[in-house]
Amino acid sequence: MASAAITQDEKTNYLNADYGIKSWLLTTDHKRIALLYLISITMFFFLGGFFAMLIRLELLTPAGDLVTSDTYNKLFTMHGIVMVFLFLIPAVPTVLGNFLVPMMIGAKDLAFPKLNLASWYVYMLGGGWVLYAIITGGVDTGWTFYTPYSTTFSNTNVVAAAVGIFIAGFSSIFTGINFIVTIHRMRAPGLTWRRLPLFIWSNYATSVIMVLGTPVLAITLLLVAAERLFHLGIFNAQLGGDPLLFQHLFWFYSHPAVYIMILPGMGVISEVVTCFSRKRVFGYDFVALASICIAVLGFLVWAHHMFVAGISVYAAMVFSLLTFFVAIPSAVKVFNWIATMYQGSISFETPMLYAFGFIGLFTMGGMTGLFLGSLGIDVHVHDTYFVVAHFHYVMVGGMVMAYMCGLHFWWPKITGKMYPEGWAKLSALLTFVGFNLTFFPQFILGYMGMPRRYHAYPPEFQVLNVLSTAGASVLAVGYVLPMIYFVWSLRYGQDAGPNPWRAAGLEWMTSSPPPTSNFETTPVVTWEAYNYDEIDKQQEVPVAS
Amino acid sequence: MWSNLPLFPARASTLAGHVDALYFLLVAVTAFFTILIAALILIFAIRFRKQKHPVAKQIHGSNALELTWTIIPLGISMIFFVWGAAIYFTETRPPKDSMEVYVVAKQWMWKFEHTEGQREIDELHVPEGRDVRLIMTSQDVIHSFFVPAFRVKADVLPGRYTSTWFHATKPGRYHLFCSQYCGTAHSSMVGWVVVMTPGAYQQWASTGTDGSLASTGEKYFQQYGCSTCHRSDSQGRGPNLVGIFGKPVLLDDGRTVVADESYIRESILNPEAKVVSGFKPIMPTFQGQIDEEGLVALVAYIKGLGNGMANPPMPVNNPEKAPYPVPPKPEASQATPSAK
Repeated sequence: MASAAITQDEKTNYLNADYGIKSWLLTTDHKRIALLYLISITMFFFLGGFFAMLIRLELLTPAGDLVTSDTYNKLFTMHGIVMVFLFLIPAVPTVLGNFLVPMMIGAKDLAFPKLNLASWYVYMLGGGWVLYAIITGGVDTGWTFYTPYSTTFSNTNVVAAAVGIFIAGFSSIFTGINFIVTIHRMRAPGLTWRRLPLFIWSNYATSVIMVLGTPVLAITLLLVAAERLFHLGIFNAQLGGDPLLFQHLFWFYSHPAVYIMILPGMGVISEVVTCFSRKRVFGYDFVALASICIAVLGFLVWAHHMFVAGISVYAAMVFSLLTFFVAIPSAVKVFNWIATMYQGSISFETPMLYAFGFIGLFTMGGMTGLFLGSLGIDVHVHDTYFVVAHFHYVMVGGMVMAYMCGLHFWWPKITGKMYPEGWAKLSALLTFVGFNLTFFPQFILGYMGMPRRYHAYPPEFQVLNVLSTAGASVLAVGYVLPMIYFVWSLRYGQDAGPNPWRAAGLEWMTSSPPPTSNFETTPVVTWEAYNYDEIDKQQEVPVAS
Repeated sequence: MWSNLPLFPARASTLAGHVDALYFLLVAVTAFFTILIAALILIFAIRFRKQKHPVAKQIHGSNALELTWTIIPLGISMIFFVWGAAIYFTETRPPKDSMEVYVVAKQWMWKFEHTEGQREIDELHVPEGRDVRLIMTSQDVIHSFFVPAFRVKADVLPGRYTSTWFHATKPGRYHLFCSQYCGTAHSSMVGWVVVMTPGAYQQWASTGTDGSLASTGEKYFQQYGCSTCHRSDSQGRGPNLVGIFGKPVLLDDGRTVVADESYIRESILNPEAKVVSGFKPIMPTFQGQIDEEGLVALVAYIKGLGNGMANPPMPVNNPEKAPYPVPPKPEASQATPSAK
């Protein structure tokens, strides 16, 4: 190990190319920016998790006895705002995407490196603004900012929080533009669209949604702030506005935002399942096309959040139908991942365990989405814990699972170090078990009728809430463990070598950690993605140098 | 705590059974696919594990399979769509002869006004075996009326009426929740729906009221001077309101609207929005002068005009002594209804 460490140290890579705080804060290297994002979103993840913990503790007993109603309302609002806007939306694109998009297509950096750095600063400014809103009293509108509560009735820091999210939105737009241009213009010679890794396809689809959707959210939040400050009468019925207009505008972004969160995660799963099955992906064209279908259809289903809000019966029917359509491409992806395992040569390293967890939980999340898309059922379960369980199955069971999966898969590439496999497997297992224990009881609670955002609840709901809180503690351990062993691995982890998984993909054909310019010479691609048959035939994994 | 673990809500309306049937089908299909996928992962993981299957066999894909797993889920989901839409259609169309209760929601209480005149807070008494239609509005933010035992939910919005209905089938006390987040005491905006046998309800409804909702509305109709213009002899400056409820009304811009509760409410608060053809837009707004409960009473009164439920307005006042300031429009004084 000692000798390996020495040879590794001799090589200049993006981590040791330069030292000092300035070399990080003024870097334009996409890999360093990815790490800046990694640290920032991890902080926000644990902040959001802390709010979740307090929520679960409060719900341990039916009476609202741990915190006051106002505090509770702020807790679930800030949990939602921090998790959705500052963790889930940026997580995979800005950390894994930033690191991997240029490497996977054989480029030296993103198309606009300075814009990339700017996006991080903008994100931090937005995040800081939200933190300011939290510290100076918090917000209590729910992350959905429904009017007229948010514009007229709440006396909390609505404008500050909205401004923070407004600013953070621009970092999404910057990243989206950067990815789109990079993927179009900077692919290595020979890397045609149909040879692209599916992670690239899904990040491409995500970027399109970011660029098209985020401005609508920005406009909506500005209108909320404007009505609050200047009493304009856009959403306030007393001033001639329409409160439902807000819901249309808000969900026009925030439903596609769900696909911003899940699509890059799906890309991660495609990479991992192929690698640990040693197989080409089953039905490449269909998986790639499914990402695009989801991105397009995702813009046409927003009013399924409004089935009980008083919209017309026929509008509700159209949106219900379209909602069922958008479920299909997701199902196609799941079936293709499973078919990829067929006739594979499967091994069970940590990333693969996370991928299994993702497929199972995402299936549950997706199927329960059909309940909500079905009008007759939605009327009963809308705004209950059934919805809370459903979107946590997709967002946490799906997206966070995929993020952890990707982090474990590319950690050796990012840092050049291996984490302790045993602990990592344990954390994958704890996450899966803890997650189900936390959120499965909430489906039952929801169908029984427990509304969401309730500080206190009738006593017959207690047992299931206790189970949920118990599960949350297990889940917390599952998230804290990786923090510990990832940091530990930086110093004590074994050297990973360029390609510990013998994985396909250009990012594995360079040293770990990669040099600042990613590749010594620009690779020329003559093969399809996931050419595991060719890789497994060779004794040595090819290194492009 | 363990002795008290119900896992399923009470089923106390005609609709509940339909919703549950679709729910059970969805649960079955979800269980089937989740188990299928878990089983496939497990079987493949064991059969094709590296130790047993060291060399993967490359398969590019199969259009036939892709089509299969596109079309079958699509077909199944269309069942859910059609069935769910059918239930929703019923849910959103109250039967014609429903008994009506007006609901005014505010931070953080539910007020119920029966047409017979009973007023309740956070508790709604209804008879078993009758269609009950709720006409709801909010005084402040958006609330949502949710009774799990009936599988019924509808948002209650400021500035308009929304409506839902149910047909209770079992006497008992059932939770009423506000399910749309509405601020500090959102989780205390709860109450009970009390379903009574028809006899018990009859008894309950006949005690302790000082007149029907429509009669309260009649008082307001006089008090606010509505009757000076809306005369039942069609000689007033405003349209005669007797018998208009539920009828189509021709507007001065050529459109036709049905005179429902929302139209009446809007015409009181924002009279210029939809002016009846042949009349001048001279009515002043009553925005800020009548609260939602007053509006509900006025709506109930106007609804009852012409079907024997309410007395027609008596044209006793002299139009020159209108109790509100007449808008300073030159033609106001000579405004007389004339058909187009």
